[in-house]
Amino acid sequence: MITFMNNSDSEEEPCNERTSLMSAESPPVPSYQDGLPASEAGEAQAHRKRRTGSGRSPNNIADGDMSDSGVPVRESALENEEEELTLKYGAKHVIMLFVPVTLCMIVVVATIKSVRFYTEKNGQLIYTPFSEDTPSVGQRLLNSVLNTIIMISVIVVMTVFLVLLYKYRCYKFIHGWLILSSLMLLFLFTYIYLGEVLKTYNVAMDYPTLFLVIWNFGAVGMICIHWKGPLQLQQAYLIMISALMALVFIKYLPEWSAWVILGAISIYDLMAVLCPKGPLRMLVETAQERNEPIFPALIYSSAMMWTVGMAKPDTAARGPSQQTWDAAEDGRENHRSPSHADSQMSETRSSIPARPITSFEELEEEERGVKLGLGDFIFYSVLVGKAAATASGDWNTTLACFVAILIGLCLTLLLLAVFKKALPALPISITFGLVFYFSTDNLVRPFMDTLASHQLYI
Amino acid sequence: AFFWLVSLLLASLIWFVSVHLSDREDAKLQYGLLIFGAAVSVLLQEVFRFAYFKLLKKADEGLATISEDGRSPISLRQMAYVSGLSFGIISGVFSVINILADSIGPGIVGIHGDSPYYFITSAFLTMALVLLHTFWGVIFFDACEKRRYWCLGLVVASHLLTSGLTFLNPWYEASLVPIFIITLCTGLWAFFTAGGSFRNVLKCLSCKQEDDSRVMMYSALQVPFED
Repeated sequence: MITFMNNSDSEEEPCNERTSLMSAESPPVPSYQDGLPASEAGEAQAHRKRRTGSGRSPNNIADGDMSDSGVPVRESALENEEEELTLKYGAKHVIMLFVPVTLCMIVVVATIKSVRFYTEKNGQLIYTPFSEDTPSVGQRLLNSVLNTIIMISVIVVMTVFLVLLYKYRCYKFIHGWLILSSLMLLFLFTYIYLGEVLKTYNVAMDYPTLFLVIWNFGAVGMICIHWKGPLQLQQAYLIMISALMALVFIKYLPEWSAWVILGAISIYDLMAVLCPKGPLRMLVETAQERNEPIFPALIYSSAMMWTVGMAKPDTAARGPSQQTWDAAEDGRENHRSPSHADSQMSETRSSIPARPITSFEELEEEERGVKLGLGDFIFYSVLVGKAAATASGDWNTTLACFVAILIGLCLTLLLLAVFKKALPALPISITFGLVFYFSTDNLVRPFMDTLASHQLYI
Repeated sequence: AFFWLVSLLLASLIWFVSVHLSDREDAKLQYGLLIFGAAVSVLLQEVFRFAYFKLLKKADEGLATISEDGRSPISLRQMAYVSGLSFGIISGVFSVINILADSIGPGIVGIHGDSPYYFITSAFLTMALVLLHTFWGVIFFDACEKRRYWCLGLVVASHLLTSGLTFLNPWYEASLVPIFIITLCTGLWAFFTAGGSFRNVLKCLSCKQEDDSRVMMYSALQVPFED
């Protein structure tokens, strides 16, 4: 994940570390303080480009939290307010991200625990060709490491391919690829999922009804994700496709390979986002040079951003626009959607009694949306789902992984608020999740089981 | 919840190591080690509660310095309540979720001679434990804040006592009843620590409106001054 600050600064502001990673798509807004970037509104005006997450796309958290108070106050007081807003909205962002991540995990865990299909071994993906049915432990470990290497290299190749496509402006290609992938995901995988759920609960459904249901589900999904739709519906669809993708991963990745892949992915994420020549970082910078929003597709957004035009020159002047982030999921198993969490801030309430308050200013200050890439959803859910599937029927492990991942997300957002630059979001959560999975499964489970068998409470 | 989990992890590590270093066959020794493990876990939970208190204090100071009126948006009492509640929830869930999952499946309770009331007593014990953790959280934070270390000691002692009483299961009269008495007393103690009183309860029950004692001052020359 990459964190972003969307700021617009006055032209004469020196380009420092903070500004170099920002998208300059906001309209020129006079900012009162040199050090205080004005609120970004460029997202509203930037045309949305659709990007396929056909490869390993960046997982970003973007955090734009500059407030445009329009108040001529001392810089320190404004900085204080900015910090306070950062923390206040930071906490809100955390909660706004908790809910969809939790929902996705609940769907995955519920499916894993009830539908047998997703825990049965029915073959492997071609990206993990080495089997784990080997007699010796060393051989199994070697096979899983080889599987991981193959998978990660596929992801790297795809990401580089995507960056090249984006650099050379092959937007139509990406667009078409994206549509194809989301078609497959919304129709084929849903059909399989529905079939398995019906089988599990022994419910009969005739083909015409099935066709009707899946057709409606898929068509509405395509419209919501790629075009416009009610925000809640779009969010629900994104959560569902992330869950479906995660279930596919859980089913088709062999056990040890899955854990090694999770670890390797978070290391790759760390490197790809923080290294100067990392593909994700290059992608981010290219998009910022072009003043385009980065990866509007394959992103979960928790709010629409409304901006309002102002007549007064000393407050942010933005055109009214509605922005919905389209997102779609790439259906191929080896693909990861970009993760991109981005919080944008609309204009804050101006509290100067000197200025006449117009009706425009009554726009809520709480209009920042938080954006999180679907790849993060998928890998969090894979971790929790694998824990639910393979932890010997134990719920404690699942819960411990769940708490660990959420705390990791919290910490990542905190770091984001502190550093205000592009940060990967997978490493902390996945590390915590892995540590908690293995330690809970091997250490805590026997302890709690022994205690429970004697009905002892601690 | 995270802090509680970490404490549980460390305690399980200690117990695991001790079990592996000892003789597996000796049942009495294993039981003794279990008691030891439980005691260590209780102590570690309290240590981590204290660590969490320290963390929240720091965060509270930070929030207070950057807020507009110099006070943090959350009071320490609210934090104490939330912390206790989350400890309680995660502790209760960890204790009971596997039992709940098993209770769906086919089976007969106590077929090998154990008590047939296992599920219902587990449910009551879990409820008592969740409430207790909440109350302990409130009392603990208040004691740390006011540096009343005897209160701290009392909280730790009551936690140890509660855990020890569960060792008397399945003699439920001796374990459940005292635990509920402890819960009640701790609840009352927490209520008074958090600033409650009989008068508050009466006021709440009678739903009286508070008199607004502020007075608006108007002047011909001034706009109304509002707080």
